[in-house]
Amino acid sequence: MTLLKLESVETHISQYHILQGVTMDIQAGEVTVLLGRNGAGKTTTLRTIMGLNAASGGRILFKGEPVEKLPAYQIARRGIGYVPEDQGIFADLTVDETLRIAMKRGDPAARERLSWMLELFPDLAAFRERKSGLLSGGQKQMLAIARAYVGNSELLLIDEPSKGLAPIMVRKLVEALRLMRERTTVLLVEQNFMMAQAIGDAFYLMDEGRIVSGGSMAALNEDHELRRKYLGIA
Amino acid sequence: MNSLLNLIVNGLATGMLVFLLAAGLTLIFGLMSVLNFAHGGLFAWGAYGGVWLYGLTGSFAAALAGAVVIGMLLGWVMERVVIRPVYGNHVQQILVTLGAMLVLSELLKVVFTPNPLKAETPAWLSGSWDAGGVILIKYRLFIILVGALVYIGLTLLLRRTRIGLIVRAGVANPDMVQALGINIRLVFTLVFMFGAGLAAFGGALLAPYSGVVFSEMGMQFAILAFIVVVIGGMGSIQGSALASLLVGLSGALMAYYVPDLSLAANMLLMVLVLLVRPSGLFGAKGGGA
Ligand SMILES: Nc1ncnc2c1ncn2[C@@H]1O[C@H](COP(=O)(O)OP(=O)(O)O)[C@@H](O)[C@H]1O
Ligand SMILES: [Mg+2]
Repeated sequence: MTLLKLESVETHISQYHILQGVTMDIQAGEVTVLLGRNGAGKTTTLRTIMGLNAASGGRILFKGEPVEKLPAYQIARRGIGYVPEDQGIFADLTVDETLRIAMKRGDPAARERLSWMLELFPDLAAFRERKSGLLSGGQKQMLAIARAYVGNSELLLIDEPSKGLAPIMVRKLVEALRLMRERTTVLLVEQNFMMAQAIGDAFYLMDEGRIVSGGSMAALNEDHELRRKYLGIA
Repeated sequence: MNSLLNLIVNGLATGMLVFLLAAGLTLIFGLMSVLNFAHGGLFAWGAYGGVWLYGLTGSFAAALAGAVVIGMLLGWVMERVVIRPVYGNHVQQILVTLGAMLVLSELLKVVFTPNPLKAETPAWLSGSWDAGGVILIKYRLFIILVGALVYIGLTLLLRRTRIGLIVRAGVANPDMVQALGINIRLVFTLVFMFGAGLAAFGGALLAPYSGVVFSEMGMQFAILAFIVVVIGGMGSIQGSALASLLVGLSGALMAYYVPDLSLAANMLLMVLVLLVRPSGLFGAKGGGA
């Protein structure tokens, strides 16, 4: 089942034409990896889906309904969660306070999601009273993911979670995302090809604001030509 | 001894009034990145509104409450009409809010009177106490008390309530707050109204202290409040509170001991703080409480 569909989406940032017709399908229950070199437009794609950048053309359908004209907060309420590239931590708030404002009021399932996140990321449970700004890079990443998930996200947009993390943290993250895949759908931007391979079901490849290729992760593993051309790996 | 204590009381009272302005300014800047040069106009409206309502009702509490309502209503209109079109553009913000300042100040003359208004101190707050040879003016102590209560209330609001957490989160990262399903525009409006209400409250409190209100009275306090916001660190209530007291005290002491320097003293204080801590006493972003 297609959960999210982008049809020829275009985005301008001031006078720059950043996304020049992005088309993709995200299947429910899968991890779809969005690949591409720096500046390809991956972050802008996620921000446009989230409504933080306005789409200047094309359509974005979430569960079959157009969302490209909605303000970001309404898109979030429909069930899309966002984990930004720089983690977007509220440095002055504690872990607990952060998770509290992320949980929608009057949502009985939120408690259950919270306790699962604390189980998945024991560090967060241990440091609930700590100011988020004082957490390690890996812990901040966990917090950013938990914050997006507890707000009832049927689709998580996660932007380069492994960036700047030690290899052991990256392995923990891979494990966690594998488990999360059982319960939600993920659109993952990732430069770390090892990580992309480890958890991706499907992929799209972006270059200069366009999708240049897409398919199953298995197919990408076979396509040495494509990998060399866009990802610089053989 | 007597005069020193009185200078300190005066300085603290002035500091508290500046704090009421600065608290709104710093939140509005920290959260919305808006420079509001019309804040002094809201202060003056609070002062006129308070004097008018006191004359009407004879109740000082009603006058203060009414001034807050006037400030919030003006803030609501201002945010919708003046501020909204210029979010994200600092140069335009300076121009339109300076324009709004002039409009607010001229409107005061139209709505009330072009002449200064006399402001009465309510009987129960008039006069002074003689504490062992030291004369303490009641109304000044009242301002200090009220200012301290507002500070405590604001701190609790920001630390303990959901809306407070949202405001502090928004100071750190407004986009991310929206991505959690929170309508940040609505929060902006509320914070702007709240800041305007506090400014008007400050004006209404000042009126009996200075004994007279006039349409340009907000200017001097607004300038001090801007200095305070910079010294305290944009977005930090704690920083603004501390800096307000510093500015109030240094103003009062300098005016007495080195009158020639009293105007320059606060500027000097700001320059010194910025040299040591460029983002102010309590840091730049992420210091909502
Ligand atoms: N705020 C902005 N102003 C101007 N150009 C921008 C802005 N944000 C992104 N860009 C440009 O858009 C292109 C895509 O950026 P981005 O989506 O961040 O790429 P990626 O995440 O793939 O590295 C880049 O060329 C970048 O310079
Ligand atoms: Mg990016």
